[in-house]
Amino acid sequence: MKKTAVRFDPSAYLLPLVGVVALVGFWALSSATWSKNLPSPAKTWSVAKPFIVEPFAKRGELDQGVARFAWYSLWLVAKGYALAILFGTPLGFVLGRSKLFAKSFDPIIQVLRPVSPLAWLPLGLVLFEKSQPAALFTIAICAMWPTVLNTALGVRSIPQDYLNVARVLQLSPAKTFFKVLLPATLPYMFTGFRLSLGIAWLVIVAVEMLTGSPGIGGFLWQEYNSLIYEHIILCILTIGIVGFVLDRLMSAVERRLRVAV
Amino acid sequence: MAFLELAHVGKGYGAAGARTEVLHDINLTVERGEFVAIVGYSGAGKTTLINMVSGLAAPDTGTVTLDGKPITGPGADRGVVFQNYSLLPWLTAYDNVLLAVDQAFGGWTSQQKREHAEKHLALVNLAAARDKKPSELSGGMKQRVSVARALAVDPQVLLLDEPLGALDALTRAVLQDEISRIWQTSKKTVLLITNDVDEGILLADRIIPLSIGPRATLGPAVTIDIPRPRDRKAMNHDERFKHARNQVIEYLLGPGRRRGQPPPAPELLPASIETVAA
Repeated sequence: MKKTAVRFDPSAYLLPLVGVVALVGFWALSSATWSKNLPSPAKTWSVAKPFIVEPFAKRGELDQGVARFAWYSLWLVAKGYALAILFGTPLGFVLGRSKLFAKSFDPIIQVLRPVSPLAWLPLGLVLFEKSQPAALFTIAICAMWPTVLNTALGVRSIPQDYLNVARVLQLSPAKTFFKVLLPATLPYMFTGFRLSLGIAWLVIVAVEMLTGSPGIGGFLWQEYNSLIYEHIILCILTIGIVGFVLDRLMSAVERRLRVAV
Repeated sequence: MAFLELAHVGKGYGAAGARTEVLHDINLTVERGEFVAIVGYSGAGKTTLINMVSGLAAPDTGTVTLDGKPITGPGADRGVVFQNYSLLPWLTAYDNVLLAVDQAFGGWTSQQKREHAEKHLALVNLAAARDKKPSELSGGMKQRVSVARALAVDPQVLLLDEPLGALDALTRAVLQDEISRIWQTSKKTVLLITNDVDEGILLADRIIPLSIGPRATLGPAVTIDIPRPRDRKAMNHDERFKHARNQVIEYLLGPGRRRGQPPPAPELLPASIETVAA
């Protein structure tokens, strides 16, 4: 564990503000000049304020605080993401361990990987007939690939030395897995988990829009239809901030694992 | 029949047609309790040779037998110390040793296993580094853990694959003395692979040169009849030591090196380590 002295570095806080100010300035300029439909920053703030200052309020089914909407979305993402990891990790392990399996399934995975969530959702609806399982299916299948591919890469990258140790010590398959394969692959797996979470969060908006599920994406779409454009911006910012926080959390876990190994 | 025996062993790599034979007609016998060193060029196939004894590789031709039984795979009767330590970086020194103990003595109580693992860490003077991860250990300490791990399964044969190759001369000398001490107390059969002629002579009962590859094969064995414990300072002036060294080097630079091959790697030339006190 390294401890570095915490020194106040103004540029670390001020320079990011430059980007924020520039964006808000461009936004204000745009709404004032060429895009009359775009609400100004000030107007957006005044309209969106009740949703922010009371983030957990529930005034009605379509009138709730942003945190509450974000929570619905996060919960749906969590379930879909759990499915992605549950299926993606073992698949990645087999893909990394078995050349035969990799040769058989890698091409089809490469074909399925770039398919957009908007394309998977209708198939999910056909398969499951209800919007909730279809949403989970879509999130899981879109978010799964980074976990699959990174886990497979991790397994393939295990140094031969460690495998030789396992063989020489005659470790049982279970011990080889838990004491050698899994710890050696863990850092790669978590890179996959982090990327998968990013995609799951990306997919949620599209899924909620199309299925009408309550959540930050559903709210966004509904407010667009109700012509309350200020709320669209509120939603975009919320989605961005939540995604940023999720990524930071996962990076922190990932870094710890790299240090541990 | 000798305890460990390699008869007409050959091993090659590559597909048919483009195949190169790495080892050719290897014949070696090691008696129970004997310490045999094989010294040869880098890339001559020394590791391949020891892998066929450890069971990590199978010979293409010929047979490898231990105690009369052919070797078909790795086994607890053989302990291996790898060239690059091969410790699992996510386990502490103790856990690395315990992993081996756990597998070899499954029927023991956890108390017995713990004591056994700790005993072997103490044997290599690492009791104090018990809970350190490999990344916190020096190269010499890592190799001690590796030796402890190999010994902890109580093997009949200890296979040392250039165990000290990556270490500096001083650490190397210290560990040579420790290996010598451990061997004299445990009396295990040891097969040492090295590229250092002096190291082989200092430690072994017999030293056998391996010619340059491809198609490397063993040269004539040289028996080292210098009594133990051997004093590394006195040895440099010992006529038997000089004689053995000359014989090995003459083979390696003469018949063991075919014409047209590049000169031997400098590491092969005996380094003077007489400044290091034993």
